This record gives sequence, C-alpha cells and structure tokens, in this order.
Amino acid sequence: MRGGFSTLLYKEVLRFWKVAAQTVAAPVLTALLYLLIFSHVLEGHVKIHGIAYTAFLIPGLVIMSVLQNAFANSSSSLIQSKVTGNIVFVLLPPISYLEFFAAYVLAAVVRGCVVGGGVLLATLWFAPLGFAEPWWILIFAVLGGAILGSLGVIAGIWAEKFDQLAAFQNFLIMPLTFLSGVFYSVHSLPPFWQQLSHWNPVFYMIDGFRHGFFGVSDASPWLSLAVVAACFAILTVFTLNLLKSGYKLRA
Amino acid sequence: MSPAIRIEQVSKRFGSVQALDRVGLEINQGEFFGLLGPNGAGKTTLISALAGLVRADSGRLRVMDKDVQADYRAARRQLGVVPQELVFDPFFSVRESLQIQSGYFGIVDNDAWIDEILENLGLTSKAGANMRMLSGGMKRRVLVAQALVHRPPVIVLDEPTAGVDVELRQTLWAFIRRLNEAGHTIVLTTHYLEEAEMLCNRIAMLKAGRIVALDTTSNLLRRFSSHSLRLRIDRSLPDDLRAAATESGGWWSLPFDAFDEVETLLARVRAAGCGITELEIGKPDLEEVFVRVMQGSPSGQD
Repeated sequence: MRGGFSTLLYKEVLRFWKVAAQTVAAPVLTALLYLLIFSHVLEGHVKIHGIAYTAFLIPGLVIMSVLQNAFANSSSSLIQSKVTGNIVFVLLPPISYLEFFAAYVLAAVVRGCVVGGGVLLATLWFAPLGFAEPWWILIFAVLGGAILGSLGVIAGIWAEKFDQLAAFQNFLIMPLTFLSGVFYSVHSLPPFWQQLSHWNPVFYMIDGFRHGFFGVSDASPWLSLAVVAACFAILTVFTLNLLKSGYKLRA
Repeated sequence: MSPAIRIEQVSKRFGSVQALDRVGLEINQGEFFGLLGPNGAGKTTLISALAGLVRADSGRLRVMDKDVQADYRAARRQLGVVPQELVFDPFFSVRESLQIQSGYFGIVDNDAWIDEILENLGLTSKAGANMRMLSGGMKRRVLVAQALVHRPPVIVLDEPTAGVDVELRQTLWAFIRRLNEAGHTIVLTTHYLEEAEMLCNRIAMLKAGRIVALDTTSNLLRRFSSHSLRLRIDRSLPDDLRAAATESGGWWSLPFDAFDEVETLLARVRAAGCGITELEIGKPDLEEVFVRVMQGSPSGQD
C-alpha cells in the first residue's frame, strides 16, 4: 500500500508531532496533575483488588489519555482541514476511502500511544507497577485508540464548526472516558450504575488494559476483548460506509 | 486520440438550485480551453465533478478516457486541479507540502521535478518557508505547484489569477503556456476576459448550469463582436449614420466588418460636415461577446 496510505499516515503523524507541546506534552501534564491530586487524597485510604490506589490509577490515566488523544487527533485534523479548505489536498489524489480511513485511524492510534507512553513514563515513579500480561496492554491500547480514532473520523466529518466538535468531545467522549472506571472500580458503584457501566464499551477498554498490568480485573479480559473488537468492527463498517457515500466530503 | 475531457449529459442539483443542466462538452488533447460564465453559472461545480469533489446526479465524465467515478484512481492521476480558494496546510513548508502531495499520488522521489516547478514559479527561495509565512500571491503559486506534482496531462485552473498581481500573472501564464506547448491540455476559468481571449483557443460559456456558447475564440469574436470605428467629432452625427452607431462619453462607435468600409464611413462623416477631433479603431473583444451571449437566448451552441 505504498503511496496514498503511507503518505497520509506520515502527514498525519508529522502534523501532531510538529506541535508536540500541545498534542503530547500538554495531555501528559494533565494526566500527571490528576495523579498528583487523586493519589494525594486517596493513597492509603483506598485499595482496589488489593492494589494500592496510585498503582491502580496509573493504568487508568494511561488508557484514558490514549483514548482521548486518539479521538482528538483524527477529529481535529479533519475539522481543521474542512474549515480551512485544505481537505481538497487529500480528496483530489487517487486515495481510496479505505486508505483514507486506515491512515487517519492509525495516526490516531500512534498519537494515543505516544501520549499514553508519555503518561506511563511520567507516572512510573509514583507506584510500583507490574506488567503481568503485557499483551493485553498492547491489544487494548491499540484497539481502544482505533475505536476512538474512528469516532474522531466520524465526528470530524460530521461537524461543520469547531463548537459542534467541542460538543461531541465534551458531552460524549469526556463522560464516556471519565465514567468508565479510570478512577475507580465499577464494583464499588451502586448496583444500578454498576449494571449501566457494563453497557459502556469504554469500561471494557479500561478494564482489559488494566488487566495487562495486574492480572486482575472487573471483567474477564477475553470478554473485554470480544466487546472491544466487536465495537471496532461495527465502527469500521459504519465509518467506511460513511466515507464511501462521500457524506459531507464529496457533495 | 481520445479527448482529454469528455462530459456527457451531466446534471447536478443542490437543493433547489440546478447547478448543472445536461452539460455536454468535449475538450481535445493539447487545447487551451476557457470556461467562462458569471458567478453561480456552474463553472466550479463542473470542475469539481471532473475532479471527483462533487458527484454528478446523472451523466458521465471522463478524463483521458478514464471515468471519474468507475475508474477514479486512473482519472485523478490524469488531472491536476488548482482550486479557486486560497487553501494551504499551515503545518508544513512549501517543499513538505509538495513532497506530501507527490506521495498521495504514489510518487516517492520527486525532488528533481519539484525543484523544476519551484524554479518555474519563482518559488525556489521560499522552498523552506512555512506556508503561513507566504503572501497570498506566493500561496497561489504553491497551489499551482501542488496541482502539477504528478505531471498531469490535463490541468484545470479555477480562477487562478483572482486577486493576483501583474508579475505573478505573467509568470504564471508564461509557465502555463509552456506546459500547453509541451502537450498538456489546459482548462481555465477566469473573470478576466482579456486573459481568456489572449490564451484560449476555444471557449465555452456557461449560464445557469447550461452551455450557452461553445466555439473557437476567433469564431466567437467574429459572430458576436465586430470592429468599430470610434470617433470624437465636433458636432452631432448625421441621422443616417446614427442609426447604426452608439454613443458613450462623447465617443461615437460605428461597427464595421471589413477594413475597406472605414474609408466609406469616414467619407460620409466628412460629407456631413463633421470635423474629427479623435479617432481610433476598436477591435472585437470577448467582453462584448460575453455580454451579448449572457443577454441573449441560449442559441450559441453548435
């Protein structure tokens, strides 16, 4: 697939890397602040699955950063290109909708993983972390990033103005990622909310990711994998159809 | 030899607006073709349909015999489009923009050609500059360069000289002419009719989504415009001449078809006792053609 896909991927990665202070350093700092505050308040008071709170929190912050930044990457790139009009540079060449999708989503995964890696490096000192089953870490980071990257493609194509995209981000992505067990185990929730959390796919991304560190989790990592993979498959089909139809890109 | 562009019965509607109405057009390889019309006539929609940015409701479009929908990859390789809007990607330098654009077309090592384009467009000294730092005219040049990275045989320029200074216009036209002489087909839309008259060997005029005139530039000029004898005189024109004449700003304009009619006209003016204070010969111009075609019925198509 040398050509359109690899160049678009390269361009998308270069785009965020050129403004890394804003796209990488800033979210790492934000995650670090969460860690400092919550661990100061809760360390020594709370243990989850027998794990000290700070250690429990770190993987949550890492995957939350992966997800939020994956979404931010594809959505903000697309809306900027649409608003400024330079989207024509990728619409005029012979790039298929499949290549278009793969490049934007993969670049989102890269951004998510770079930020997630940064958060991990910055927070590693605060608590001892096991890497019990590292394959789960990688699988859920990549799949979670891909899901949010696809959502970012959808939002970026749908939104016509920056405030519409901000609404998508603030009222959907933020609550979904915050209320999915980043800061707590869903088992500590009242039964109703516990039940509800099990209908939230982001819960499985976070739970499965955390399983990779501690070997324990609220749900089985295999169940989480099934849910997350199914979500990605559905989103892929949906996004590809959207792109194929030319929705808001090719009138 | 297949035509460079073949447009068959293409229609496109945006809501209640019929942007294109059964447009049919063939442009031969090597032509320098002008697409003219007032704002909203459908020029940009037609170009967008050709480039795959807009999907026609019906009809077919082919570039170098490649269907723009069914065989879009091949069709887009044949086509270079300079968009009307002054768009750029603020994250990259001029050279990066051109390298990335090359990559989209699957061209990996394109620096020799990129250097040549930069040189021809007077951009060499700006190659490393970020796009944000360039003036409007320079950004326009980069847009032209981006359309050429894949050496397309067909080049479409959508109002490339809107708001552009004289120097760039001349540089640009000299370069585009060289490309045309080298065999590239050029399609141009512009509001500067003297540019179209000077450059294009054939012209289509669009009005409300329809082609209302399509002919060689010289035929259009002959059919819709004429030479005129323009005079300033010290008294009023005699009645028999006035019937065919028009007056504006103190100048009388008397149309004629052949130059040997000038003597007769002048003799009649003198015979009426008019003293001529100033005189010039007006050539047929595209502006007059344009105005008359746009005012007239859509009968110019042939």
